[in-house]
Order: sequence, then C-alpha cells, then structure tokens
Amino acid sequence: MNKRSPVWWPAIGLVLLIVVNAIFDPGFLRLAIVDGHLYGTPIDIFNQGSRVMLLALGMTLVIATGGVDLSVGSVVAVSAAVCAQLLVREVALPLVILAALGTGLAAGSVNALLVARLGIQPIVATLILMVAGRGVAQLITDGNVILFSNPGFEFLAKGHVLGLPFAALLVLALFGLTHLALRKTAAGLFLEAVGDNATASHFAGVAAARTKALAYIACGACAGLTGALAAAHIAAADAYQAGINMELDAIFAVVIGGTALTGGRFYLLGSLIGALFLQTLTLSMFYFGVPPAVAPVPKAVLIIVVALLQVPALRRRFLQLFKGRPQEVSA
Amino acid sequence: MSSPDLLALRGIGKRFPGVIALDGVDFTVRRGEIHALLGENGAGKSTLIKVLTGVHPADAGSVTLEGHAIRPQSPREAENAGISTVYQEVNLVPSLSVAENIALGRQPGKFGFINWKAVRARARAALARLGVTCDVDAELGTLSVALQQMVAIARALDIDAKVLILDEPTASLDEHEVEELFRIMRQLRDEGLGIVFVTHFLDQVYAVTDRITVLRNGNLVGEYLTAELPRLKLVGHMLGREVKAEDHAPTTAKNARPADLLTASRLQRTSALGPVSIAAAPGEVTGLAGLLGSGRTETARVLFGIDASESGEITLGGDALGKLDPRKAVRQGIGFCSEDRKIEGILPNLTVRENLILALQARRGAAKPLSRAEQNELCDRFIKALRIKTADAEVPIGNLSGGNQQKVLLARWLATQPRLLILDEPTRGIDIGAKQEIENLIAKLRAEGLAVIFISSEIEEVVRNCHRVFVLRERETVAEFRGDDITLPNLLQHMAGGSSS
Repeated sequence: MNKRSPVWWPAIGLVLLIVVNAIFDPGFLRLAIVDGHLYGTPIDIFNQGSRVMLLALGMTLVIATGGVDLSVGSVVAVSAAVCAQLLVREVALPLVILAALGTGLAAGSVNALLVARLGIQPIVATLILMVAGRGVAQLITDGNVILFSNPGFEFLAKGHVLGLPFAALLVLALFGLTHLALRKTAAGLFLEAVGDNATASHFAGVAAARTKALAYIACGACAGLTGALAAAHIAAADAYQAGINMELDAIFAVVIGGTALTGGRFYLLGSLIGALFLQTLTLSMFYFGVPPAVAPVPKAVLIIVVALLQVPALRRRFLQLFKGRPQEVSA
Repeated sequence: MSSPDLLALRGIGKRFPGVIALDGVDFTVRRGEIHALLGENGAGKSTLIKVLTGVHPADAGSVTLEGHAIRPQSPREAENAGISTVYQEVNLVPSLSVAENIALGRQPGKFGFINWKAVRARARAALARLGVTCDVDAELGTLSVALQQMVAIARALDIDAKVLILDEPTASLDEHEVEELFRIMRQLRDEGLGIVFVTHFLDQVYAVTDRITVLRNGNLVGEYLTAELPRLKLVGHMLGREVKAEDHAPTTAKNARPADLLTASRLQRTSALGPVSIAAAPGEVTGLAGLLGSGRTETARVLFGIDASESGEITLGGDALGKLDPRKAVRQGIGFCSEDRKIEGILPNLTVRENLILALQARRGAAKPLSRAEQNELCDRFIKALRIKTADAEVPIGNLSGGNQQKVLLARWLATQPRLLILDEPTRGIDIGAKQEIENLIAKLRAEGLAVIFISSEIEEVVRNCHRVFVLRERETVAEFRGDDITLPNLLQHMAGGSSS
C-alpha cells in the first residue's frame, strides 16, 4: 500500500479500536476451535459485517462515479422477500440464489436507467427505489414475516468452509475478484475518470454513460446477494426490518475508507476496512453495555473523527499536535 | 518614516512538492499606479497572487502594506487588510441580486437582521463610484459577463480596498467592454489605489499600465516603466530569449496539393449551425476563422460527434462516417482538443499519466489495458517531446499550469496517433512561450502528415499557421482561402460581411 494512501487512516482507526477493546477485555482477540470451526470475536466481526461489506463493495463503485445509491437497503428487503417466497415453495436452491441476484440486477438497471440515461440526480433517482422497494417487499411478503427452514440456503450465512465462516469468505472473494476486474483491466481507470470529470471523459472517448450504468447495476447485484445473506442469516424475510438503514452503513464504510463522495479515486480495500470498523464499533458498544438506544451517538462521534482524519488540512494540524511542526511531504 | 510604497513584497518564497514556485521574489506596488504582473504560465504569477491574498501562506519573505507587516491567512483576512481581488472567472453568486452580491459577508444590520435598504443604497453608491448604472435588484446571472465584472470590482472597492488585483479580467470581454474597464481602472488609479493587472494581452499592458514586473520560472526578472520598455524587449524578458518580429504564413506547393482526408458537406443543426461545408487534407493546417458565435466550435463538435448533424455528410478517407459519437470518432482516428480545458479536457484529480493515456485506453477498451511499462514509456516520450513541465507523471494534472495542462491534452490525442486532429483555441489562456511551442508543434505534426483543423479567435494566429482557411459567418461557411490569399484583410472582410469597402 502506498505511503500516502488514504486507506491508512481507517486502518489505523480499526487497529486503535481493537486495541482499546483488547485492553478492556483481554478475551477480545482470543480465538478458539469448536467443532472444527474457528470461533472468537474477530471472526464474529467478519461474519456479522459481511453484509455491510458486500453492500459497501457495490457502493464504492457507484460513489466512484460521483453518485450514490440509496436504494440498496430496500433492495436487500426485496431480494430477501423473493428468496423466502421461493424457499417456502421449495424452489431449487441455485434458482433461489439466481433470483436474488436477478432482483438486484433488475433494481440496479432501474437506477442505471434513471441516472445514466435520463440524467436524474443520483440521490433523487435512487430515493425512488428506496421508497418504492420497501413497498414491493411488503407486497411480496403480503406484510408478513415469512419463516423458512432450508439448511442448504442457511449455509450461506451460517456455514463454514475450512473452519471459516462461508459468508465472510464469499465477500472477501468478491472483493478480490472485483479488485482484479477493475485494476487488471482499464475499467478502474474509466470509473475514476468518469467520477473525476464525466464530460471530459466523454470527450476523450470513454463510454461515460455506460460506465456509470454498469456501476449501478453492479451495486444492485451486490444488494441482491446481500438480501440472500440477510434472509439466510435469520431464516426469515421481514419486509419492514430487512436491510433497514443498511444503505447508510454502506455509504459510511465507503467514505471512511477514503473514497470521496464527489467521486474519482476509489479504494476497495478502504471500504472493506471501513465496513469492518463499523462492525467492530457496533460490537464494542454492545460489549461495553451501551444501551442500543444511545449507541448511535458514540458511533457517530467516532465516525466523524475518522472522516475528519481524511481531510488533509485537519490531518496536518492533528499531526502537528504530536510533532511540533508540519511533516514535510516528499514527492 | 513613511515609505511611498503602498504594498511591498520582499523575498517571497514558496515551494510545492517537487516544484519551487517562487524563489525570493520582490514585488512593489505604489499608490496611484497600474502595475502589470507578467510572465509565462508557470512563472509564478498565480502563486504570487495567492500568497498576497492569503490562499497559500508564503514559506519565506515578508509582505508590508502601508508600512505594516501583514500575513494574511485567508482571502477574507487579505480583504480586511485592504487587498481585494477580482478573478477571471467572476467568483460571485449568480443566483443572488447585484446588491446582495456586493454586500455578501458584510451585510449592514443588527442582531442578525439585514438592513435591506442600506444594502441597496450601498450597492448603488459602489456602482455609482465606477460610473456604472445597473439595477441593483437584478439577478447577477442575468447580466453580461462585463457587467458582472464591474459588480465584482464594486464589491472589491466596497471594503475600502487599497490594493485591487485584477487577475485576467479582460479574457471574456469585448473591445468596448475592455475600454470601459480601462476607464474605471484609470479613475481608480487617480483616486490613489494601487492596481495589479494580470493579463496575457500585451496590447492592454501598453494601453493602461504604468509599470511592469516580469517573473520567469519563479524568479523576478525585473521591474520596468511601461513607457520605457519596447514590446520586443518585454517578450524577450518573459521568454528569457530574443524573439524574431516577423510572422510567416506557410506556403503551399500548388502542384503537390494532397487529396482531402476529411470532407464535411452541408452540416446543419437547427438554430445552431449550418449549412457548413469544410474539408481538411493531410499535411495541412486548415483554419476555421470567424467571430465569436460564428459556428467554429459548433462545427468542431459536430465533426467529433458530440452534437449530431441533422443533415449533410462527413467523409473521412473517402468513407462516409454516418452517425458519429466521440467514441466512434476516436476509433476513426479523430482527436479533438476542446476550447474548455477545465470542463471538457482535464480530469483534475487524476495523474498526468492517467490523463495522457485516457483517449488511447478508451479506444482500446477496458479489456485491453496498456501495461504500466507502456504507459510510462508514453508519458516519458511525450513529457520530453512536448517539454511538459511536471515533477513526474504521477502528479495530479490539476497542479500543472494551464499551458502544461494543454500540452498533456495534446499528448492525450497524439498518443492515439490520429489522422485528423481538431484543435479548438489550443492557445487560449496560455502564455506567449507556450503558445509559440504549441504553434511549432502544430507545424511539426502537419509536416509528419497529420491533418490539423485549427480554430482560433486570434486572427493573426490563423494567418500565421494555416495553409487553408474556411471563414464562417453567422454559422455558415462564407469563404475559403488558400496560401497567399490568407491575409488579414481578406479574412476580416468575410468575417465581418456586409459593409465591405
């Protein structure tokens, strides 16, 4: 990782958070093998955080184009509802997963159409699906919480491979694949070019509209898969609660990770670390006995601190506190 | 002891990562003078002004205003000290009224309530001082750029400015508006203000300034009285070398005239263009001449597929191109440097390397990435060939001076090895030295067999560089000239139309 990469800041934040936890609870970092599976708080963080991580993956691409996708939380609910309805009808597992993916792709395509083809502001365009999506999810579940029991499907969220949780491995693999797909081709460059200056990219022959559209579609696909994970996690689909506020967590994770909301440069690793940071924070609140109603406040404070550390001017002042004089930046 | 100097900068130094922007520069403004600050792009003019207005703190040196040392940390502090700036792009709020813009940030009133009567009265007074009449309740955005500039000056003066900095204020004004601005500048000078005037137009320097300070490569070259400095000497100081006075028009060998690569016949767009017919041949520079709004840029946009032509036909190398878009145009070997570098050219936060390879990479598609070694090779080659001044290829292009950004954009297209290169105002907003280099480059490229379409509002540039010129008037082609017929009178007569003598 580059010495000046903004990914260092969330990484340092995450390490500090873990250190604080480990000081108060020496058992925080302890890992144990039970029934051949690895257990422990760090594993929990990966496992519990896998859904926000997956959303953050897609969100990174959208934010890189200078947009934002507010609809992912609702898409999670729709996809979870679709999965549950198919599972209670005993549809074959691969088809269920394809349906979840298809739901996400369809939702992403709607956003892509609104933003990239019709030129609607991303916040407004995706707000439409954010509101409408939850209605669709309730329509699919008929307003009920749909319970199911399907060990094969639940493996998505609860299963282990080589002693490690399957969901975490899946998400990490998707991050790796996305990284390769963007950085080993020129797709990453086009994404950053469109995010930095869409007009100039168009003038240079980059398919700016198509690049944007693909980002929204990929983001939708991630949300669709997250819906399947969310349903598998609780073996149920609840149109009211599934994926609620998850779009905000995903956006937080991306921003903490160093990708600016104005678009351009993006950092997949940063988003991954950002999501882990959020999950660790949530878990710490729980361990420290902070009542759930109050928990968002310290969480918000820490998020602000990490976000402020991304501002170069503030960071310099912050470092000055320790060093006495500004650090010489070498080119 | 009181010094006659109003503003004195001594030994100002400023370095950015990898670049020394200012190295011990002195700059003095006296009461009641108009002082031109001149230099090539990258000479340090902008940095000096940013130091003066508190945008960048200086690393070394001192600033004294009326004998008191000041150290502005923000534009606001500089304003409060009495240093006001009017920028090339008017930095006011277009959706607010004239009066609101003048009062913005220092509204008269009490307890957070604004005394609107006082706001309007003050705005009227500020404009009256300039001899400008305009409705102070009008929305600023509805006024002409020239009037907006007057409002910006009125705002600057409203705070009892002692020093007024005008940073390329005339770039978007017409002749009459420039005269009006000069009248106001002279009036303010006579009232005892010190005015710093930054411009690329040497005519204007000689028309209005009293004194000239020249910077080059972050160093002070010297301070001169305008009346005592011949123009050629001035240019020599700016470039650091002597320049020849004569301009040459390229001559065409009539018997060896190449076949046209591009022909565009009767291009038309409702209420925007047409009919326009032009052609361009390999190894020639084809100029499009015309007044502002004559359809030069519109023609270029249609040729590159940004706007669609509703009728007419474009052929390249004998093949009809059909419906164009920029991607298709790039694949056909057309390159287009837009006149609006900031909005349609650079990706400001991406590196020089990424900016340079973008068009070539876009033509290859995402699946065939250029290897890092190939990218570095391209960058090394073009940075050397075009003499792009940058620490290395990994600097964000936004950190480069305008002329160097323009060179990177030229390199972006040259890297695609185009057959036809359309250059829309490639020398706008860059200094004489870089202009000369870009003109030389155009001559070299066409000698290598490239077809170049050259658009410029500086008619002398067209005469100097083009083998063939199409004159546009009111969005139509009205004349075509070749070789020795490309003369100022010929072009001007057709550009103006109608009342020719």
